[in-house]
Amino acid sequence: MSGDRVRVAIVGSGNIGADLMYKLLKEPGHMELAMVAGIEPESEGLKRARDEGVEATHEGIQPVLDDPEIKIVFDATSAKAHVRHAKLLKEAGKIAVDLTPAARGPYVVPTANLTEHLDEDNVNLMTCGAQATVPMAYAVSRVTPLRYAEMVSTVASLSAGPGTRQNIDEFTFTTARGLEEIGGAEQGKAIIILNPADPPLIMRNTVYIVPEDDEIDEDAITDSVEGVVAEIQQYVPGYQLKNGPTFDERNTPWGEKPLVMMFLEVEGAGDFLPKYAGNLDIMTASARRVGEVFARHLLGVEEVVA
Amino acid sequence: MTAVRITDTSLRDGSHAMSHQFAAEQVRDVARALDEAGVPVIEVTHGDGLAGSSIQYGFSRTPEMDLISEAAGVCEQARIAALLLPGVGTVEQLKEAVERGVRVLRIATHCTEADISQEHFEMAKEMELETVGFLMMAHMRPPEELVEQAQLMESYGADCVYIVDSAGAMLPGEAGAKVEAFKENLGTQVGFHAHNNLGVAIGNSLAALEAGADQLDGSLRGLGAGAGNAPTELLAAVLDKMGVETGLDAFELMDAAEYTIAPIMPFQPMTDRDSIIIGYAGVYSTFLLHAKRAAERYEMDPREILVELGRREAVAGQEDWIIDVALELAKEKEGAAS
Repeated sequence: MSGDRVRVAIVGSGNIGADLMYKLLKEPGHMELAMVAGIEPESEGLKRARDEGVEATHEGIQPVLDDPEIKIVFDATSAKAHVRHAKLLKEAGKIAVDLTPAARGPYVVPTANLTEHLDEDNVNLMTCGAQATVPMAYAVSRVTPLRYAEMVSTVASLSAGPGTRQNIDEFTFTTARGLEEIGGAEQGKAIIILNPADPPLIMRNTVYIVPEDDEIDEDAITDSVEGVVAEIQQYVPGYQLKNGPTFDERNTPWGEKPLVMMFLEVEGAGDFLPKYAGNLDIMTASARRVGEVFARHLLGVEEVVA
Repeated sequence: MTAVRITDTSLRDGSHAMSHQFAAEQVRDVARALDEAGVPVIEVTHGDGLAGSSIQYGFSRTPEMDLISEAAGVCEQARIAALLLPGVGTVEQLKEAVERGVRVLRIATHCTEADISQEHFEMAKEMELETVGFLMMAHMRPPEELVEQAQLMESYGADCVYIVDSAGAMLPGEAGAKVEAFKENLGTQVGFHAHNNLGVAIGNSLAALEAGADQLDGSLRGLGAGAGNAPTELLAAVLDKMGVETGLDAFELMDAAEYTIAPIMPFQPMTDRDSIIIGYAGVYSTFLLHAKRAAERYEMDPREILVELGRREAVAGQEDWIIDVALELAKEKEGAAS
């Protein structure tokens, strides 16, 4: 970590790894992308890395582990692979930013709780839906306590890969837990819908909040939500509050309660993946931001960005 | 003689028309009446499947697991089915539903997304359930694409795959052709689930039967989303008259419709203005009551919302788009007025 940049690596040369690579090259901040690791010699992702002048290896994680100067490693492989990688990275004294569902370390959302976890050696980004909606629950819960938070993600069919499809329950469980643990809701619920419309639709998310109290300060909630949206836009430029927060009442299992609704759209930056795939973009953009915050922390750069 | 198996979904699709307000006693009474009338499979779940109770779809008045237990407790011969939409419900609820008495699992995906159902089919087979695949909004794709999706479900372990006309948008020719394509290309049984938005729920069911369907769905008095389903008592009467073997007692089902379901229905689903537009525009039938509510709240014609949802190609489960569309239409109107 000589100079003003921390050397980082990406493990996983698929679509997510490639998109993250272009983000790190476009906006390195306090990071220097030193290596992209995959397991397929002929993979498109490794070829792209070489084209960009980034060292590429098809020998898996080992060359990353062997380079003592690499301090932060983004894992864009699979949950199963990350379970193994997590142990190896820990032994090698590297920080793992986990984009898989493995969740060996605490869940993090840059705008909500990242600064609490800067001394961890492994953090997990949960799901795209969680990165998009947990900050909204967090924004409301810092104004008023939440009885319940529910999110509905609609993503283009083309943007949901086989990993998501074969284990769609994982999305539901993990996102709901994120709404509870970081969003501050006593109870969380997540729903995901795949829509095959052509042209593909841009990722949409709806967040419904039932506050604990019957009296809520609508202006304070609106200010808080707008503030968080602006913070997210710093690292996910395509993140947009299309409608809301809008306020209504609903009959709920806890009686007639106020309801706060937010309607979000996430358009990708189109760094590598298509723009409609905001669900993938928000994962790689969040990963980049998490890496940047860790890098600044390692370098002792004062600026607080969480 | 031709035979067909009828699944009654009054206590699942009917949950939509009831705004998910079924009480335990009502479910007991309906299940008992269906069981006594010889209905072999009774579906009991929140309208949007296991774990559908939510702000998005409406909260259940009585937890669905309790309703499953109530229904299972009174049935002598009928088996209880549950619906599961991957993305909404999970294997966690599936396990509990089986503990509560579910023996048939119907797994529903949008008609292009069958590959999100693999883990649920496999878990259901592991638990020795009968499994049914539900390809929703099947009017949106041609037969050959539906066949590919149905074959995926077959490969995951489906015992039967349904063509589900969630929007009530099909006409009999289309219903028959799609069933025929399934019969030619699948080793599983084939089913058809109708909605009456264009007034042809019975006609489509008969066309499906003629094309070789092994299973059909009905609900008493058509209690279901949009203009409702094919009425079970009517199916029983028609099929009886055709000499089709169903094992149903049409007279008892007519009584169940008349004396058990009719008194608890908040309204009779019918082909009124808003239901016809759902069938005509090809929109998910369940959007009906949600769109009516949003239209009232934001002072507009529900048809404007429904047609826009059709234009956007909304699929099953996207109820949040209803409010979103209403808010946007309201903004446009405000813009036009100022």
